[in-house]
Amino acid sequence: MNANGSDLRRNTAAPAIELRNISKSFGAVIANRDISLSVAPGTIHGIVGENGAGKSTLMSILYGFYRADAGEIFINGAPTKIPDSKAAIAAGIGMVHQHFKLVHNFTVLENVVLGAEDGLTLRPTLARARKLLTDLADEYELNVDPNAVVEDLSVGHQQRVEILKALFRRADILILDEPTGVLTPPEADHLFRILASLRDEGKTIILITHKLREIMAATDTVSVMRRGEMTATLKTSETSPEQLAELMVGRKVLLRVDKKPAAPGPAVLEVDGLQVDGERGETALKNISFTVRAGEVLGVAGVAGNGQSELLRALGGISPAKGTVRVNGKAIDLAGADSGADARRRSGIAHVPEDRQSLGLVMEFKAWENMAFGYHDDPAFSRTKWLLDIEAMRSLTGVALNKYDVRPVDPNLVARNFSGGNQQKIVLAREIDRNPDLLIVGQPTRGVDIGAIEFIHQRVLELRDAGKAVLLVSVELDEILSLSDRIAVMFAGEIIGTRDASETDEKELGLLMAGIAGEARP
Amino acid sequence: MTALPKWADVALIPAINLVLAFFVSGLIVMWIGENPLDAMTVMIKGSIGSAYGWGYTLYYATNFIFTGLAVAIAFHARLFNIGGEGQAAIGGIGAALVCLHFGWPHWTLAFPAAIVGAAAFGAAWAAIPAYLQASRGSHIVITTIMFNFIASALLVYLLVNVMKAPGQMAPESRGFPAEAHLPTAHEMLAWIGVSFPRSPPVNVSLLIAFAASALVWVLIWRTRLGYAIRAMGWSEPAAIYAGIRPFRIIMITMMISGGLAGLMAINTVMGEAERLLLDPVQGAGFVGIAVALMGRSHPVGVVLAAILFGMLYQGGVELEFEMPAVSREMVLVIQALVILFTGALENMVRAPLERIALMFR
Repeated sequence: MNANGSDLRRNTAAPAIELRNISKSFGAVIANRDISLSVAPGTIHGIVGENGAGKSTLMSILYGFYRADAGEIFINGAPTKIPDSKAAIAAGIGMVHQHFKLVHNFTVLENVVLGAEDGLTLRPTLARARKLLTDLADEYELNVDPNAVVEDLSVGHQQRVEILKALFRRADILILDEPTGVLTPPEADHLFRILASLRDEGKTIILITHKLREIMAATDTVSVMRRGEMTATLKTSETSPEQLAELMVGRKVLLRVDKKPAAPGPAVLEVDGLQVDGERGETALKNISFTVRAGEVLGVAGVAGNGQSELLRALGGISPAKGTVRVNGKAIDLAGADSGADARRRSGIAHVPEDRQSLGLVMEFKAWENMAFGYHDDPAFSRTKWLLDIEAMRSLTGVALNKYDVRPVDPNLVARNFSGGNQQKIVLAREIDRNPDLLIVGQPTRGVDIGAIEFIHQRVLELRDAGKAVLLVSVELDEILSLSDRIAVMFAGEIIGTRDASETDEKELGLLMAGIAGEARP
Repeated sequence: MTALPKWADVALIPAINLVLAFFVSGLIVMWIGENPLDAMTVMIKGSIGSAYGWGYTLYYATNFIFTGLAVAIAFHARLFNIGGEGQAAIGGIGAALVCLHFGWPHWTLAFPAAIVGAAAFGAAWAAIPAYLQASRGSHIVITTIMFNFIASALLVYLLVNVMKAPGQMAPESRGFPAEAHLPTAHEMLAWIGVSFPRSPPVNVSLLIAFAASALVWVLIWRTRLGYAIRAMGWSEPAAIYAGIRPFRIIMITMMISGGLAGLMAINTVMGEAERLLLDPVQGAGFVGIAVALMGRSHPVGVVLAAILFGMLYQGGVELEFEMPAVSREMVLVIQALVILFTGALENMVRAPLERIALMFR
């Protein structure tokens, strides 16, 4: 693409991107079925859909990672073949991946240039990149220090480097895949301002997200995908989150659960001065103290990577810690011989881990084997001292799968073959059905469909209403706000503030998540 | 993870691999100027065409069942125990010590004691690499290979300097007492009035091998320990989440594995040679890897694969005898090809088959 081309583009009414009848299947799974999409130049176009709706596949086709089985792609009105990402870049398409593809020990400048070097020596390319970076810095609020090493940058800044990489390659069309997953609300707002000014400069932006709030805030047009099909394309100003949710799921959904006021009882979990060392010897959790009472949900908010994972792992008996933790008044062993997850379960803690696929389930185990996972020493599952009672395990699993609406109800199905939402329900069924005194739960609805989110939230609240304590860790602020009675915000390994859920809002929590402690509340 | 139906996974792929291995072997036999079909006939007739052939085939198979089970059970915890060779050799020392140093009145007493001795020595030998893996993270593949060499050197030292029968030239222990003689198939079948050739060394150890297979099956799929072993094999982080201790599982699994490999010695040392020789294992430890791979780490598969490899061994001996052009080394090449195709090149057949399977969905 040259300067000529971009002039031409602005003068014609041809869509920046037009997809006609794109289909793609993987074996028996149809990921995209006969999809047509037209994106007007100079707009921000949102694409929403549940996990597995086919959004990522569609964008991978557009960026040359996959080849469509059928269909055509037109860029600025011209039919274009995109066999690989090189062709996509040549066609003026840039992609910002959900997981950044940066070289951590390179500087910003080196990362921007990487793979787009002009000649034998780096010098002219670096000079050109440096100029671009300074030009863009003010224009789009895209300021990043060109000489900073990437691993020293915050996640928000790393994302800007990804955007700069695309712009350096003269992208006119930017695709952003779930860009706000790792950002604080203020950072996300900043990103949307950048996108808006890029749009005003004539760039075309495709924003893939599952957060309806962001679609409403940032896009001009929105397309909804469901089960591999494009179900609707609407003007954002003419739709509502409720309508979009219904289009995504195919039925009406409650976006917020109703909950009764909490009736907190005595303290179940008392954490005092908890410390955890990180992988590189740094302190990942610094002197954390809090209490969770019976009959309440304590939400732990924060941007991913601020110590929440370490907190869950320490409480769940996965990694050793220092400090004091009491459950029902009894101190538990945090680093000694009895600090394993089995001891935690015996003391009444049930743990739904953040990552069900690598921790919560053995993906190659059948549902009935997973339903006993962590509780395989329970006498209910044993026939003798050594032998498992497989019949008991199977029949118990059948009951639990029904009760938690896991589909399909097949105790012999391997965990991998359940969808993400159903896998999560299996873990929840196992942990909640134990009727624990304390449930610690991380990212309960990550990668879970909207329909299942509602169900999962209800189960968690039921446990609370039954007088149990719940510690909820989530990076989804909406989820924290809708479930918690009290909210603790973590930043850089510390609890930077605790608020009553009824007395705070997104804005205040957002500031806390960014590390800006507000004045103490009366 | 796999698109193939189970029967294809357990039966079709090994069968195709085997056919490919024989095809390439056939080409090699043709290349040296012999008729591959004749060679094949000799091998099959020699291994299972007579009671005599069966006797030898099953004798070899007994070794391979033990070493195959050893590798298979470690696989379930995702531990690659390449040390079967060394563990079996050390197991041989254990069996020999039990047979030589106690005055056993009857084989029925000597046998269980030798089983315990062989298994305990094999387990102890496996426990060292296991500990290094569990506590220090030293890779078990590297350490078990190294321990094979150490075991072999230790055996030579012991036979030359310590256990050698006085006044003898050969580096071997003195013969075991007659009371430690294990009944062969010839003797056992004679009890029930069936005649069986006298010379094949297949003996009562074969029954122990079958029993061990059944026990391994129960252990892996029916016990809490087996559950923990499998969980740990699929995902160590998940196992820790469930309160399973990797240190404990690595130690226990490797000791069971080493114990099974050590048991091989009751067949070769006690059942056949009736003395400790320099090389009591003869590569069976390594064949066990191929057996476990081909048998999909399932005890039934291990037994079937062990019998197949027993046929290859016995058939190979016959082939060498019947066709002078086919040398000992040529027989080794054919065996190696089977190992190569069934073990190492498994994915060569699997990937295209999966693609075909997907087409018919």
